[in-house]
Amino acid sequence: MRARAAHRPGRAAHTVCAAEYPVRVGLEEELAGVAAAYGGAGAPVLHPTRTDVVVLRMGEVVVKAHSAGDDVEALRLRVRAAASAAASSVVLAPLTSEVLAVGGRAVTVWPAGRPLSQDDDPGAAPWEEGARLLARLHAVPLTLLPDLPPAGGPARVARAVGRMTGDGPVEQLVRRTFKELPEPGRTGPLPGLLTHGDWHLGQLVHRDRWLLIDVDDLGVGDPAWDLARPAAWYAAGLLDPAMWERFLGAYLASGGPALGPGDDPWQWLDVPARALTVQLAAVAVCNAAREGRELDEVEYSLVESCNRIVGA
Amino acid sequence: MQCPKCRGNMRTYERNGVHIEQCDNCRGIFLDYGELETLTRMESQYHAAPPPPPAHGGPAWGAPHGGHGGHYGHHRQKSWVNMLFST
Repeated sequence: MRARAAHRPGRAAHTVCAAEYPVRVGLEEELAGVAAAYGGAGAPVLHPTRTDVVVLRMGEVVVKAHSAGDDVEALRLRVRAAASAAASSVVLAPLTSEVLAVGGRAVTVWPAGRPLSQDDDPGAAPWEEGARLLARLHAVPLTLLPDLPPAGGPARVARAVGRMTGDGPVEQLVRRTFKELPEPGRTGPLPGLLTHGDWHLGQLVHRDRWLLIDVDDLGVGDPAWDLARPAAWYAAGLLDPAMWERFLGAYLASGGPALGPGDDPWQWLDVPARALTVQLAAVAVCNAAREGRELDEVEYSLVESCNRIVGA
Repeated sequence: MQCPKCRGNMRTYERNGVHIEQCDNCRGIFLDYGELETLTRMESQYHAAPPPPPAHGGPAWGAPHGGHGGHYGHHRQKSWVNMLFST
């Protein structure tokens, strides 16, 4: 197996640039070895993802090397939660509930699923299925799961804001909107529930049914945060109101608990949606800076949202 | 073109896709074939009822929806598709 670690022509095509945690040479080969050990066959394919994470697919097996900055003990609990019977029809179950150590990185092993195609019309995406899965996730009793860490949503916002290096008027506005957010943890209608922590359309895969993937931010939190990214898109005028209504309507119709019993879902969505607006704006600013360009119209609509938030 | 009424000089204007000729002398207006229907259609669109508000409301700081507030025309834009699918 290790013989595959020899130099391969064309390696540069996989080089990850501007990585916060550079990918060690040879890691891909070691991941392919792990995939093979779990029954993966065929040519290994790297999946494009965050620069600090490596996801390699080999046939029916996907191996993920987590960010070197991740808390491995927290990840262990999250993977065990995904492997538990209580979460089995909602979250993709790993092929092993253990977190492996490969080349100094925490590595998890998963069955392959079919992700959504980014080439499809967003209107054709399974918004309702995603919402129903979140409603069921939020309803999983915490007593049936390992003792999970806090969900990662609020920490993600802070990290995204912290990554902005510039100090122009846009960066200042995003930082100010962040600073003026109400304290997290005191906004939800409920005690903490099982929360995905980083939901978007890329977190759905299809096997015999749609399932949630990526447990990196899974934990105990305010479940309204899982609805907050689409809510932020809607509030920025980016997500078609019909799609937002499909998503929110399906969540409420399937008994999702995140928004309390009242008539006004925005009572509980407002603060998480502000926070996700900040995160999306900060990520957009970083993406544009890295690519040496101005914000485009889509990205700028998030800055306009920040402007309305601090003015509200 | 000459004005059919007073023989004054007519000037051509293009406004919102409607092609009109106006006489510099008597200010009379000449419409091409079909342009009156176009104007009528635009007028009725202008007066049409606004779309109903969304069933579940929105935040006080939300972008104005309906009318020209939304950016929904950008569904193929790379940054929007990336945002739908990534952290």
